[in-house]
Amino acid sequence: MNRRKFTILESTCVPLPLENVDTDQIIPARFLSATSREEFGKNLFRDWRYDKNGNEIKDFVLNRPEYGGSILVAGSNFGCGSSREHAVWAIADYGFRAVVSDSFADIFRNNALNNGLLPVEIPTGMLSDLTEQIGANPGIIVKIDLERQIITADETGMSVPFAINSFRKQCLLSGLDNISFLVNMRSRIIEYEKSRGGPG
Amino acid sequence: MEPRTLFDKIWDAHTVKSVEDGPDVLYIDRHYIHEVTSPQAFLGLRQRSIGVFRPEKTTAVADHNIPTTDQHLPIRDAVSRAQVEALADNCRVAGIEYFGIGHHNNGIVHVTGPELGKTLPGMTIVCGDSHTSTHGAFGTIAFGIGTSEVEMVLATQCILQARPGRMRITVNGELSKGVTSKDLILYIISSVSTSGAAGYFVEYAGEAIKSLSMEARMTICNMSIEMGARGGLIAPDEITADYLSRIPSFNRNPEAVSLTENWLSLRTDPGAVFDRELEFDASSVPPMITWGTNPGMGMAVDGKIPEADQPGPGGNDSFLKALEYMDFKPGMKLLGYPVDYVFLGSCTNGRIEDLRAFASMVEGRQKAPGVTVLIVPGSQQVARQAEEEGLTEIFKRAGFAMRQPGCSSCLAMNDDKIPPGKYAVSTSNRNFEGRQGPGARTILAGPLAAATAAVTGRITDPRKLIRVCD
Ligand code: SF4
Repeated sequence: MNRRKFTILESTCVPLPLENVDTDQIIPARFLSATSREEFGKNLFRDWRYDKNGNEIKDFVLNRPEYGGSILVAGSNFGCGSSREHAVWAIADYGFRAVVSDSFADIFRNNALNNGLLPVEIPTGMLSDLTEQIGANPGIIVKIDLERQIITADETGMSVPFAINSFRKQCLLSGLDNISFLVNMRSRIIEYEKSRGGPG
Repeated sequence: MEPRTLFDKIWDAHTVKSVEDGPDVLYIDRHYIHEVTSPQAFLGLRQRSIGVFRPEKTTAVADHNIPTTDQHLPIRDAVSRAQVEALADNCRVAGIEYFGIGHHNNGIVHVTGPELGKTLPGMTIVCGDSHTSTHGAFGTIAFGIGTSEVEMVLATQCILQARPGRMRITVNGELSKGVTSKDLILYIISSVSTSGAAGYFVEYAGEAIKSLSMEARMTICNMSIEMGARGGLIAPDEITADYLSRIPSFNRNPEAVSLTENWLSLRTDPGAVFDRELEFDASSVPPMITWGTNPGMGMAVDGKIPEADQPGPGGNDSFLKALEYMDFKPGMKLLGYPVDYVFLGSCTNGRIEDLRAFASMVEGRQKAPGVTVLIVPGSQQVARQAEEEGLTEIFKRAGFAMRQPGCSSCLAMNDDKIPPGKYAVSTSNRNFEGRQGPGARTILAGPLAAATAAVTGRITDPRKLIRVCD
C-alpha cells in the first residue's frame, strides 16, 4: 500500500508553544472508541478547543482566524504520554502535514512517521525565535524540504537543517509504507525463526 | 567479547536484520492487544488481504473501555460495545487467544500477562499501550507501540525500531516505612522530569531495586514511560524465579528448571557502558504526591509546590497553566487539602500487593464522609485473591466496595469518570488534564497515601497513620 508522498511543504504555521503536550490533550480518551482511522480531526485538542457546552474557546490557537496552515509549531516533548496513534490521525486528519519542535516523545515520533506526518526537530533557540516571529506575523511562510532536509522561512531568514534517518526519509519521499516493507521480508523472518529453533 | 548490557543482549538476539541508517527489524516474542488500539490494525490487514502471521504469539483482553460494574450484562455504551465485539471477532477469525469481559483470566493487559506466565525473562514484548514497559520487571524488552506497529506485528511478528540509548538508574539503600515503590518512581520522575529519559531504555539496578517484590518492580517499570523512556527493565533474579515458580502454567512447562537457570545468568556484564547513569538513595525518598498536570510535577506529601518553573520555550506558561487547571498556587502546601475521590487501581497499582497495602491502612478505620472511593482490582485473579485473603471483607467493614476489573478511572473511557473540578487521589500513572474525565483534577500517589486520603478525606502523610506493628 502506498501513502501520500512527502517532498516539499510550504505553508503558514499554527503556533502552540506549550511544553509536554500529551496525547490525552491531542485526542481525549473518550473519543477513542471508533474502529476506523477517519474523522479524528474534528476532536483534535477537543478540551482546549471547545468548552463543555461545545462552544469554541476563542483564544485557543486553532480557533483564531489569523492562524492556519499545515505546519504545527509545538513546544518541547510534544506527544508524550499514551501511545495512541489516534493522536497522529487527529493531527493529520485536521490537515497538518508536519510538526516542528525541539523534541518529540519517542512513540509519537514513530507513529507520525508511520502515517506520513513529518516530525521536524530544530534547536531550542530556533524554535523560540520561530514561535515568536509567527506570533508577530502569522503570515510567515515556512518551507520544509525533505529531500534536502532543510527548513527555511524567507521572511525571518531562518534556514536550519534537520535530521531524519535515510530509511524513514526514503519511505516518506516515495510514499512506501513500512508495513509493506516488512511483509516483503516474511521469508527472511521465517529463516530467523528457524535459526532460533522454530516459531514456537 | 566487549561487556554488554542486558538490554543489548536481548535486543541483539531479536534483531532479524539491521536496516542501513535506519531502524532494526526486531522480532517480537509476545504481543498483547486490547480493544482500543487494535481495530484499525486488523482493518489494515484486511485491506492488504493478509492474515495474522503468528496468532499464537498474541494474547488479547478487553480492558480499556469496559464497565467495572454489572459485567455480566451487555455493555450499555453502543460504541464501546462495538469496539469490544470487534476485538472478539478479530481474534476468533485470526485464532488469537482472547480473554473477554467476565472471563476468569480477564483484567488489565499488563496485570494479566505476568499473572498468566506469558511474560517471561529475555523476551521482547510489545502492546499498543505505552505502559507495556511494566513487563520489563521480568528482564524483558517491553515497550508501547502505535497501531501501525500493531499491524506490523500482526502481519510479520516484527517491527521496525531504532535502538534507543542505554541508561542505568541505580537506587541504593532501603525505602523507609510508609514509602512504596510508587513513591520511589514518582520521586525519580520528579527529579529527571517528564521528558528526562527520552530516547533511552532504562535498566534499574541497586540494592533497593533488588529487594523489591515483582509487584513493586512492575510499578517502577510501568512508569518508565512517564519520564519519556522507551521502557525500563530489571535483571531477573531469585525473586523473579520465585514469582514464576508459583504460576501453574509455568510449572507445567517441562523446561521450567533449565529456563530458570538460563534466566538467572541474564544480566549486564560488569564494565558494560551506559550512555547515561543516575544514582538515587532510597532512604531519602518520602511518600510522594503530584501537584500538577504531568507525572514529573511531584513533591513530598508534606512538601510545597515550587514558586516558579525554569524559563524555557513555554516553560513557565506550562507551569502556570498546570496550576490554574489544578486551582493551586505557587508555593502552596497540600497536606490537609480536602479531596473528593480516591482511585485504587490501574496497571500501576491494581495488583494484589497494592490492595493489601490499602487494606492494611483502612482496617479498623472508616471511609471519610463525602469521599467517593473506587477500588478496582487489576484482574479477575486479583479480585479472587482479595476475596480469599479477606481483603474484600476489610474493605466492606471500612465502608468501601470493590468493583470489577478494568482500566476504569485511569483513563475514564467508561463511566468511572471524576467530575469536572473535583480532586482525585489516584494510584494510576497519569495526571494529565482531563485524564480521569473532562475537568478532573488528579493527584497521583501510592496505595498507602490513597488509603489515608480515603479514611481522612484529606491529603495525609501515610507515615502518620501507619501502624507500628505493620
Ligand atoms: S490501567 Fe491505565 S495505563 Fe494501564 S493499560 Fe489501562 S488505561 Fe493504560
